[in-house]
Amino acid sequence: MKPAPFIRHVPKTLDEALKILAQVAPEDGRVLAGGQSLVPIMAFRLAKPAHLVDINEVENLDKIGNDGKILRIGARVRHGAFHTSVVDNPLGALLTFVARHIAHYPIRMRGTFCGSLAHADPASEWCLTAATLDATMVAKSTRGERAIKAVDYFEGIMSTALAEDELLAEVHLPLLAAEAKFGFNEFSRRAGDFAMSASLVTYTIKNGKIAGAHVGVGGAEPSPRRIAEAEAALNGQAPGDEAFRAAAEAAASVIEPLEDHQTTGEYRRDLVRAVVRRALENSQQ
Amino acid sequence: MTAHTKGTGLKWVGRAMRRVEDPALVQGQGKFTADLPAAHWVRFVRSPNAAGRIIGINKPDGALVITAADLTGVKKITPMLHKFAYRAVAQPILAENVVRYVGEAVAAVVAASEEEAEDIADLVELDIEQTAPVIDSRDALADGAPQIHAIAPGNVILEGKHKTPGFDEVWASAAKIITLDARSNRQNATPMEARAGHAVFDAVSGRVTLTCTTQMPHLMRTAIADVLGMRESDLRVIAPDVGGGFGQKMSLCAEYVVLVWLARKLKSSVAWTEDRRENLIASFHSRDQYIKLEAAFDKDAKLLALHADVISNVGAYSCFPTTSGVEPLMAMAEMPGPYDVQQYQCRARGVLTNTCTMAAYRGVSRPIITFTLERLMDKAANAFGIDAIDIRRRNLIDTFPYTSAMGLVYDEATYQQTLEMAVKAIDVPAFRARQTAARAQGRYLGLGIATFSERTGYGSPAFAARGMEITPGWETVILTVDPSGFVEARIGSSPHGQGLRTTLAQIIADEIGVTPDIIKIIHGDTDTSPYGWGTFASRSLVISGGATLIAAQKVRAKLIKIASHLLEASPDDIVLADGAATVAGTDRSITIGKMAREAYTQTHKFKGEIEPGMTESGTYDPPGTFSNACHVAIVEVDIETGQTKIEKFLVAEDAGKIINPMIADGQVIGGIAQGIGNALLEEIIYDEHGVPTTATLADYMPPTAREMPPIELHHIETMSTQSITKAKGLGEGGCIGAPAAIVNAINDALSPFGAALDEIPATPQRVRAALRTALSSPLWEGEKSNP
Repeated sequence: MKPAPFIRHVPKTLDEALKILAQVAPEDGRVLAGGQSLVPIMAFRLAKPAHLVDINEVENLDKIGNDGKILRIGARVRHGAFHTSVVDNPLGALLTFVARHIAHYPIRMRGTFCGSLAHADPASEWCLTAATLDATMVAKSTRGERAIKAVDYFEGIMSTALAEDELLAEVHLPLLAAEAKFGFNEFSRRAGDFAMSASLVTYTIKNGKIAGAHVGVGGAEPSPRRIAEAEAALNGQAPGDEAFRAAAEAAASVIEPLEDHQTTGEYRRDLVRAVVRRALENSQQ
Repeated sequence: MTAHTKGTGLKWVGRAMRRVEDPALVQGQGKFTADLPAAHWVRFVRSPNAAGRIIGINKPDGALVITAADLTGVKKITPMLHKFAYRAVAQPILAENVVRYVGEAVAAVVAASEEEAEDIADLVELDIEQTAPVIDSRDALADGAPQIHAIAPGNVILEGKHKTPGFDEVWASAAKIITLDARSNRQNATPMEARAGHAVFDAVSGRVTLTCTTQMPHLMRTAIADVLGMRESDLRVIAPDVGGGFGQKMSLCAEYVVLVWLARKLKSSVAWTEDRRENLIASFHSRDQYIKLEAAFDKDAKLLALHADVISNVGAYSCFPTTSGVEPLMAMAEMPGPYDVQQYQCRARGVLTNTCTMAAYRGVSRPIITFTLERLMDKAANAFGIDAIDIRRRNLIDTFPYTSAMGLVYDEATYQQTLEMAVKAIDVPAFRARQTAARAQGRYLGLGIATFSERTGYGSPAFAARGMEITPGWETVILTVDPSGFVEARIGSSPHGQGLRTTLAQIIADEIGVTPDIIKIIHGDTDTSPYGWGTFASRSLVISGGATLIAAQKVRAKLIKIASHLLEASPDDIVLADGAATVAGTDRSITIGKMAREAYTQTHKFKGEIEPGMTESGTYDPPGTFSNACHVAIVEVDIETGQTKIEKFLVAEDAGKIINPMIADGQVIGGIAQGIGNALLEEIIYDEHGVPTTATLADYMPPTAREMPPIELHHIETMSTQSITKAKGLGEGGCIGAPAAIVNAINDALSPFGAALDEIPATPQRVRAALRTALSSPLWEGEKSNP
């Protein structure tokens, strides 16, 4: 469990980082932020990057900004930054609630929000958050800057639309309506384990009915996504057990479940049914 | 410490004295094998295939890579049993011609650092022509299954059979036959410290010192010297601080043989530290069994006869010294458990497969047989329409000594009393009321009971009954009071977390009237401790403790003799206490330090009537004694996800005299933690090609602190005549009873649905599958429509 040899680059500015990344990307150069996923994978030699571009000393990447519409999260913002609310909006409380479910405390003090999105583990809470809230990913390289919508960003298990030479410099999350409700639930075997299924929901109430529902499911398919069928089962319905069960059932029936040696597709559907309903129940508290 | 006891007459035995081991460990001052520097580091290249022929091994240019071809004259590890149609399967130190499981060591890369060794190992190319593997033991028994070893046709390495003479007649008279098919999936003992070894050659003496993380240093020395054909005196084995063993570290690892061979070849120091992946796939596994158990009852639910068929998957090779008989033969010997049943038929087979070799793991088969038998008793209670507590009351042993259907003699214990104590403490009626109320809200609580016997502290006759070529059992302790009055005990046991340095000091302190802080226990080094069998099988406090007491009694006798000489009093009037000998009723007194000094430096005073010095030795080889306990688990099952939360765990146990209550409780709680892993979480899973898919601690899941429930412990102390300290062993009970109690509780929680689960671990997925099976049954008329 010793990583294969690699060269570590420690740029101080974003320009420098992007230049180095452009140079080393063809030789399997990778960005190192918190290292909570990459380093264990390297220790197992499942990844053997020849170069690491360590962005931990790059200036200005640790900022969280907010213009009243969008929350901007920089590349080096750690999970722990969300332990308390970062914005006076329901989004702040949502991020705080979700952050508590990420792994264990020491990991949260080191791992980064953007690193989690770049790594794109199907079970990632932040990937689920980005997919559910229609985040925009800002990728930068020496070639320029581009914005990638969440629906275009996730391409599969640990696979994204980021090019080899692109750094995920920022993630933009739209602020929620002031009266928005949210709920989150995830299932794991032990406290702090990877979620075997997770759900994040947001909606508002208009005239006693659910409106603008977002129902995201993570950990169940190769990538997290919004489940349109579940949202349709909610919109225009009164919040409550009947609508929540219908949405949960819709989500469970439309997903194409991941299977592995510990998990059958049938069981994954059971979990999706449970986490969606529970996320919706939580949203009422 | 002295201030606490001086003049009070208080004993040290029975007190929750703090462990003398802990200050160093909690301050990071422990000394572990991997802390040692070495000139050379080894990385093993392991087979990626479960079965195949080795066509070639391509070594990178200039690298030092050792393969089987280099190990000329090195014998194979060939454990032996002289009974049960045992087939003497031999294990080459590095794979020779064929590979038999994923993880088998094929080559050893030697380099200047661990990192470099791993880099080079990446470049070693194994050319293996794959052959069809067999992973499941039932597949291995099928006609036409691939044969793992030519010497073991049909892949059966041993077969134990037992049938009591009156079995058929009693079986035919039964009012009811209850059948249970139990499955226990494969586990890894998962010590916090994985394996590690460090061998260094000494040019002056020509000796090699092997430091390794072992539970039995003396036997490692004997075994490695045998395999390498070297003089045992040319090898010294040291077990430094060892970070948990749980049985995994009592077997001989081929890797340590390679290290000693390399140290002699290179005339240098060579080290290897296993990583977690290696530990999970290639150390030793356990608990992979199928048991079919049938029980005959009379009309009053009294157990008449048991019929068991045990299939134990022993992996690719046989472990040394216990052999792969360790699980199947333990299952056969102790299947009747704590119940009075005189008719018994059993067949227990060890079956070879293309999987990692099985070895002892805390509890050895008893977590599985207890799970099987206790599930069966609950099932029988249901069939008779009586309570789970009642059926146990009707069947638990209550007269002693009791001779089992296998001929084992159970010494006095408290099977009935611990059951009553536990059910009273848990308050069953209050729980049932709560359970009913919860069900009305769609929450499913369950209560499960497990009663069991825990055979501990058994000496050589018990091992001889298995026909073992290597028959462990006795222990020797050499106790010295040095000329300054300090006490040293050299022991053959090899504690690695059990707190034996504390508990043995408590025994010695009481016997010779000193405080524990002047007593040092020396262990874990073949140069400085007497030959012994190490620490395993809940034996050390009983056997090494007994030997300690015998040695201490001899020292006591000598001190009294010296005191009687020096104080000119009758030996009958000498009182040993508070570090001195005193003539009863007088102020005439002499310290133990002064007497010890005289015993070495003033021997002329004793006119040849007392031997010089102050060293005595004690050896103890007891028949064995049975501890016992009743475990109760209260769980809540989330029927939507299948997740089980243990709300409370309660133990009423009897391990005879408790030398140190804090250490005893620690043993029970630690065992329960592993039992929870066994019951709910931990499982080694192979895919259809024989590749382990649980090679990290994210996939193989021991419980964490967050999964531990509140645990309530109650004790009864039955003074056994089968142990001279009156102490019984208790190292394994926690993990023996917990799986049965927890899974019985899960089944109780699922009872409204008619769902049943007889497999461990009872994972959430398995719970959901059981519910799904039950709900799809047309016979089910449950109370809830959408679980």
